[in-house]
Parts: sequence; structure tokens; C-alpha cells
Amino acid sequence: MAKYRDRAGRPIVAVTGMGVVTSLGRGKTENWAALTAGRSGIHRINRFPTDGLRTTIAGTVDFLDVEPMVAPVLSETLATIAADEAVAQAGVTRGDFPGALFVAVPPVEMEWPQRQILADASGETGAIAYADLLRAAAQGDFRTLHDLFLFGTVADRLAERFGTKGSPISLSTACSSGATAIQLGVEAIRRGEAKAALSIGTDGSVHAEALIRFSLLSALSTQNDPPEGAAKPFSKNRDGFVMGEGAAALVLEDYEHAVGRGATILGFVAGCGEKGDGFHRTRSSPDGRPAILAMQQAIEDAGLSPDDIDYINAHGTSTPENDKMESMSCMAVFGERMTRVPISSNKSMIGHTLTAAGAVEAVFSLMTIAENRIPPTINYHVPDPAIALDVVPNTARDASVSKVMSNSFGFGGQNTSLVFTAEPVS
Amino acid sequence: MSEPRDVVITGIGLVSSLGEGNDVHVQAVSDTGLTHVDTTTFAPYPVHPVAPLELDRQIPKKSDQRQMEPWQRLGVYAAGLALDDAGLKGDAARLDTLQMIVSAGGGERDYAVDGQILEGLRKAEKPGVFLNERLMSDLRPTLFLAQLSNLLAGNISIVHGITGASRTFMGEEQAGVDAVRVAQARIAAGQADAIIVGGAYNAERPDVLLIFEMGRALWKHGFAPVFERSAEGGGFVPGSAAAFLVLEAREVAQARGARAHAMLAPVLSERCPRADGGLEKALASMWSQSGAGRDALVLSGATGVSRITSAERETLDALVVTGSIRCTGDMIGHALEAQFPFGVALAALAVENGLAGEAVVTSVGHKRGEGLARVVRAD
Repeated sequence: MAKYRDRAGRPIVAVTGMGVVTSLGRGKTENWAALTAGRSGIHRINRFPTDGLRTTIAGTVDFLDVEPMVAPVLSETLATIAADEAVAQAGVTRGDFPGALFVAVPPVEMEWPQRQILADASGETGAIAYADLLRAAAQGDFRTLHDLFLFGTVADRLAERFGTKGSPISLSTACSSGATAIQLGVEAIRRGEAKAALSIGTDGSVHAEALIRFSLLSALSTQNDPPEGAAKPFSKNRDGFVMGEGAAALVLEDYEHAVGRGATILGFVAGCGEKGDGFHRTRSSPDGRPAILAMQQAIEDAGLSPDDIDYINAHGTSTPENDKMESMSCMAVFGERMTRVPISSNKSMIGHTLTAAGAVEAVFSLMTIAENRIPPTINYHVPDPAIALDVVPNTARDASVSKVMSNSFGFGGQNTSLVFTAEPVS
Repeated sequence: MSEPRDVVITGIGLVSSLGEGNDVHVQAVSDTGLTHVDTTTFAPYPVHPVAPLELDRQIPKKSDQRQMEPWQRLGVYAAGLALDDAGLKGDAARLDTLQMIVSAGGGERDYAVDGQILEGLRKAEKPGVFLNERLMSDLRPTLFLAQLSNLLAGNISIVHGITGASRTFMGEEQAGVDAVRVAQARIAAGQADAIIVGGAYNAERPDVLLIFEMGRALWKHGFAPVFERSAEGGGFVPGSAAAFLVLEAREVAQARGARAHAMLAPVLSERCPRADGGLEKALASMWSQSGAGRDALVLSGATGVSRITSAERETLDALVVTGSIRCTGDMIGHALEAQFPFGVALAALAVENGLAGEAVVTSVGHKRGEGLARVVRAD
């Protein structure tokens, strides 16, 4: 049927289920209420001592019981909550998901409490070397730790729980991972490999070493007081991002398949764009070319023109460099009209949910379309004269929104843009 | 949808304990017993250590070399070899659209710092505060960038100028299977014209040995072939290795006059319940779906972990495979995320050099995930 195909003859990709959890709460309703009220989820860290650290705040998710409290277990728990909500909304049988799983997960490694368990088990009382840890590992039974710290375990457990089909894919494109999980799902449906895809981005990796690593790269805000004021995307006094945690899940579905089973359509993923950047490991090309090309490609892939886009859900990390580069790139793509296109950053309230960000912000983008209400960029009190954008400052705004572009940019030259629409673009 | 396009392998870059480049590795396929194991450095764990490399030949800037840890250097080096082999090195226009899929783990640790911190944590009055202080003063930022899985791809972009876009798959052996599978599928479906795909693994790391020792997955005796380890409990011998493949649509490769080593058929991957014959069934099913003939050369990615390796062998025997069955683990050891791309590269070279009419590459992950690829002559 022609109406279920786009202009390139590819299956149109609908969204039929969404779930989200962040520091603002559990589920779409709680998150949306907080987000449109301009409330921040960023607070003082109490998960571990922050003595001696330059940054003492984060948007951690603290309302879950997780044991042991390590990144892969928290990430799995967050993903499960989000996917439960998405699958229930889509009305597919939990445990028998009719398609593939793509999950963006933070890179896994053994953490300090587990290293300490092995160090203790070694019986060594003096200096500790890896040889001691290895000896302890050989003598005891640590098989649960082996599984815990494999990169594929989170995805495997999610695949088991939701009954997704085929080999689950765990992926990382750093801070654009969540968007890439969606892009991989879209591609699988477009090439006819799957009728549905469960795309998830999750990140529960705020622990001392992770925070210190970003801190040593001078990437984090150090304006700890008040915590909820630290993330200030596009403001002149922005000084870095705030780490956040969360997860989001989207049920993507071949439009024809979704209509055929009578599913409620929440929106469409109309276009995906991506571009690599070989300029630097952590910094973007100064001319913004990769970001510009990613956005242009996403709009073109959707069969739209820049004039069609009603709102941009910004990457907007609140780092001096990202926000400047993103603003400049948007000006290049949208031209003079850009000063009138609303652009806001969810990160002003939830922080940077890193691996999850692209998926979390995709859910918020689609909710913006559904509600015709744009969440604000909070903490916008000192405008940056170099960024002449309508950032929807401080309070949510009602507006007619049917086509949204969401940006995700990451370390390692990762740039991904997605276009979401209310109606199918054929 | 239109007919799927043929996908050919036009570039191969290999690095392992046997050396670098294609010739030595073709030889390893036909010459049983060619292997290099180090049984002392990490005793009781044997490892296949990477052959010495002149890094400058593929990573000209020392500043770039310093920004990477060994697993990343291996990968960037092998990716450079693959670009050379494909005739794409320095071709700025094509590299600007070349896509990339990397299968990667992460790491690495500063072992001395970890040891000092573990010792100090014992005596510290406030362990959390002590940990903060030490990490703030002792962590090198480059270690973080080496820990991030996607920074192998990032470094390849920087060093070789591949800037189409990259995705990194994680998840041990299966990351390698799915990386090759998705790359092949995207090209076949017209979603990309050319993709460089591969992975890298540094086995000479106590922190990764630790993970697999906790899983009871390592072989701890003198070297023995993969299929002969089960009587003594089985296990794998980690191998440092990297493999990258340039995959292109046949028509795209022909248009630029590129030579094809071989053709890659659609790759199969599974997540099967392994108990009660599930693994055997999944392997047999993938074999049959691949359309491979019984006389295909088999390049098994078997780990040596007992039950699953025996199950794979029995399945191949039940299929009455008449071609040779060779374990890549016997040649280069087990290279986790890099093992399957490495196997596909060896298959392409074997077919190109007339060692077999077609070759099948298998993967049975030490913990989970199964995959199979069929490689045939390019013409």
C-alpha cells in the first residue's frame, strides 16, 4: 500500500509506545508535568561522598532499589522500567515483542566495590596487585560478577524479559547513543528485516570514578550552588554539563503493521541523519560542518525542508563549546528563520543523561508534538549575545508543533539528528 | 523493495600474534600449527601476544599514539591496513562518506594505581573520600578516552579521516557478529555503499583476564588445540588481534575499479537457549539458511570452553561437513569482539587464494550469542 511507504518506497516508521524515567520521576506523566513546570531534577549527590570533588551535583535517579548499586544493574533497571511502560502502551504482549532490540548502554567495567571484594578474598594484607585479584578469582566462585561486567549482559537480560527477536544489539556512540538506537531500529524496519523494534537508551552510571573522569576533562559544571541552577544551556554563564541518569524506550513499528493491528500511533520517526567528525577526540569541528550535515541529512531523509521544522529539541549540554557550535550550526541549516524557530534543552532540567539522552529526548520531542507544548530551557537569566536564539526561556510555551528535530552530539565525532512528525510523510 | 545488492570485501587489515597483513594469515589457514603463544608473562594464563608493530606506519603522529591505549592502537593500525588494501587510504572524498561499524569492549586500567588504591582503601578511615582524592590526582584523562568503547572509532576517524559516521557495537563475541551482519545488510539494502567494519582486542591485560577468570572461561595449561581441551576442563586462550574489512556494494566497487577478495553472503546471528540441544539446533539452522555446501571450509570461532565447543563440533560432524574444519583460536587465540571479523577476513583470503570454493565462519560466544557467515568467490 502506497500510503504506508515514504517517497523512497521504504516502510514508514511509526512510534506506538514510549516510556521514560529520569531524575524527574518515573513514567511519561510525571516527567512531562515536571518538565513543563520548569522543575529541575538535579540535586546534591548522596550516593557516594563528594569530598574533594569539584562537582558535587548530578541528576541521579535515587528512588529505585538496586542491588548491587553498579552501573550495569542500575542501567538495566532503568531500561526495564522505560520498556515496561513503552510495551504496555504499544499493547504488545510483554515477553513476546514482535521485533528486534537495540539498546544504548554505557560501557561496562568492573567497579571499586567488586575489586575490593576480590582484594579481600585474596587474603593479601600488604600491597595488592592484579595477580592477587586473579588468584582470588581462581579460588572463589565469582561467576555472577563475570556476568555482571560483560558488555552484553544488560541487553541479554532485556531481550529475555521482553522476548525480543534475534540477536540483541548493545551499542555506543557516546552521547548520541540513544539516537543511534532509534536510527538502527528505523533502518531495520525500512529494509524489511523487522516489523517492529524496541529501541532503548539507558544510563545509570553516576559513580565516583565516572564523575571524576568527566571532571578531569573539565566537562562538568562546578556551580554546585544551587544544584538546580547549574545546567544553563545557551546562557552566557554556562560552564559545563551536569551528569544525569535515566532511560527511555520507544516501540518503533512498520506503519502498516501498526495500523493492521489497530495500534494507537503516537508519531513517526521520519528522518535520521548522522555524520562523523575527525577533528578531535572530545571537541567538534570549529566550522560545525559535521553537525550541519547531520541535521541536513535528517531533514532530507524525512523528505522535508528546513522550513518545515517547527521546533528543535537541542543537544544543549550547557558546555561553552557545544552550545556555541550547535547554535552556529542551526543558523547555518535554518538561515535567518532560525531566530524564530523555538529551540530548548531538556538538559537544563534533567542534566545530560549521556548514553540515554538521545532516547529520552526523543520521547520528550514526541510528547511536545502530542501536547503542542514546548518544555523550556530553564536557568536562562544571562543571555549569551553570541547565541541569538529563541530558547523558550524559563517557562513552557503553547505552540502548534507537528515536526521536531532532535540533536545528539558526542565524544569521538558522533553527530546524530532525528526528525519526528505527527503525520506520516509519504 | 528492490533486489538486495551483492556485498564484496575489497579491503582487509589484520594484526595478530602471527604478524600483520594478509600473507602470513593466509598461510595460517593452510599450515596447521602456525601459532605464537606466551605461557609465561601472565602464567598460569597463556596468551597470544601481538607481534611487534611499527606504529608509525599507520599512526604517523606520536601525539595520536599517546592518546590511545593498546587496544585502540591495534584497531587503528588494522583499519589503516584495510584502507591501504582497499586502495582508499588518503582518498578524502570517499573517506568522507565511508561508514564505520566497530565491535569493541573498553578499557584499559592503570594497574599500579588500582593496586595502590585497593591497598589504601583497606586502611583509609574514610574510604570514599580516599578514593576521590586518589582518583582526582592519579587518573589520566587519556585512560578515560581509552575506556570509552566508541573511541576506537573516534581514533580511526581522526587518524585515517574516515568521517561518514560510526557506530560501535558492544557485547563480546556477538558484537563482532552483529557488526558484520548489520554492515552487510545495510549495503545490501542500499542504506550504505561502503562500510569499514571490524574490531580490536588486547589480550595482554590482567583486568580482562580477571573478568574471564571469574567466569571460569580461561585455559590454564600449556597450549592445546581448541577442540582438544575439553578433557582438562576447556577454556579459551585470549589473543591480541585486530581485524577490519572494507565492505562495498559490488557495483560501487566495480565503478571505482576496486578488486574484490570475495563476496559476503547475508550474515546470520542468533540468541538461542543453549540447553537441551538448543545450541546444536541453532547452529544447524544457521548453516542451512546460509546455503553453504558440505564441502565448505569451516573457520570456527570456537572458544574451547568445554560444552559449547563440543556441541559445535558435534553439530558440524552431524552436518557431515567434508571440508576442513579449522579453528581461528588455534591460529590467533580468542579475540572476543574481533574474532568474528577476523574469521570473515580469513575466509575471504582462503577463498581468494583457492584454498576452498567457499568458507563458513562460525561464532559461539563464550557466554552467549551465535553467528555464522558464508563467504564465496567474488565472481
